[in-house]
Amino acid sequence: MTKRTTDVAGEAHSEGGLVFHPLDQFKVTPLFGDGPVEWYTITNVTLWMALAALVITLVFAVGSRGRALVPSRLQSVGEMAYGFIHNMIEEVAGHDGVKYFPIIMTLFLFILSANFLGLIPMSFTPTSHIAVSAVLGFGVFFFVTLLGLYKHGLHFLGMFWMSDAPLVLRPIIAIIEVISYFVRPVSHSIRLAGNIMAGHAVIKVFAGFAAIAAISPVSVLAITAIYGLEVLVAFIQAYVFTILTCVYLKDALHPGH
Amino acid sequence: MTTTTTTEVAGEAAKAGMPQLDFSTFPNQIFWLLVTLTVIYLVLSRVALPRIGGTIANRKGTITADLSAAEELKQKAVAAEAAYNEALANARSEAAKIIAAAKADIQADLAKAGAKADAEIAAKAAESSKRIDEIKQGAVAAVETVAKDTAAELVGALGGKADAAAISAAVAARLKG
Repeated sequence: MTKRTTDVAGEAHSEGGLVFHPLDQFKVTPLFGDGPVEWYTITNVTLWMALAALVITLVFAVGSRGRALVPSRLQSVGEMAYGFIHNMIEEVAGHDGVKYFPIIMTLFLFILSANFLGLIPMSFTPTSHIAVSAVLGFGVFFFVTLLGLYKHGLHFLGMFWMSDAPLVLRPIIAIIEVISYFVRPVSHSIRLAGNIMAGHAVIKVFAGFAAIAAISPVSVLAITAIYGLEVLVAFIQAYVFTILTCVYLKDALHPGH
Repeated sequence: MTTTTTTEVAGEAAKAGMPQLDFSTFPNQIFWLLVTLTVIYLVLSRVALPRIGGTIANRKGTITADLSAAEELKQKAVAAEAAYNEALANARSEAAKIIAAAKADIQADLAKAGAKADAEIAAKAAESSKRIDEIKQGAVAAVETVAKDTAAELVGALGGKADAAAISAAVAARLKG
């Protein structure tokens, strides 16, 4: 099967026609040498995550160094993001959610900068990988669940028992609630990785069509349009992930709705 | 045999298909993700967020202080304006009082002077009319004498002899009539 694929690709190559490798951009490869990918190997994942950390440090730690009353551009970017997430937590999770502001800010900024760095051509997008988004999603899930149990003990389970529903329906609703609660981390992580991966792959597919001279103008236009959409998606997915984290945090802090 | 081929095929398919499902890279990604998140969390929670929060709070404090100072200055300005208006009103009423007093003084002086002048005029007029009467009296007496003399002369010229008493009686009768 593999042989056939390569053969087809080889044929396509020799014709100078279509070559589609839309998923090659997601490959995890060692940065130095060509050895196996061990857990400690420095790979393109390391590089682009490090760049994300670097950008965040530059904007938020270096940019805020002036502490100016009238902020510089970089400083006001940091302050806007700070105010944005701070308000989101206060509005969604309530005032006692502000304690977890650094954690949520870390998630938001990591996803946001990884998404935006991934929009640079030839780059690698860590958030397009289910391994990354699942760690984030399940991390939030376990954190929030343990926090709820720690704060409210067994009362936390009351979240699944709708006391204002008719008694007959309560067990059924409880089952549905429990299922939906455990589906949360799955949808939370697949939503992020799926959106980012799909957009990047589609751009690559359109780029493959650009090899045909007659179609290439359409292809370039389509890539431009999808790129614009992807810029939006890069922000929206970071935003959605963060606001859902806030919602889950609210459930942990105030399980009584 | 079959299972190995299937897993091999599946592995190959994963490699050719979705790198996302290539589980051999998972430990690597998860390890570096945790390292990155730790670094970002430390940078944010230790350095960036307290600093930004401090800056924002500081700015808010400065703005509030400035606003309250402005409010205070505004109150002062309002008070100063009220004081000024009061002073102006006082000065106005003072001036009106002074004007009224001056007017009354002048009126009194005027009335006094007018009365004095009237009295003087009346005195002068009385004196004058008295003198006119005297002159009139004098003139009447002179007319009588002249008339008696003229009558006596006329009678003498006409060849009569006139009694002085008769003449004066006739003249007096004529002057009366």
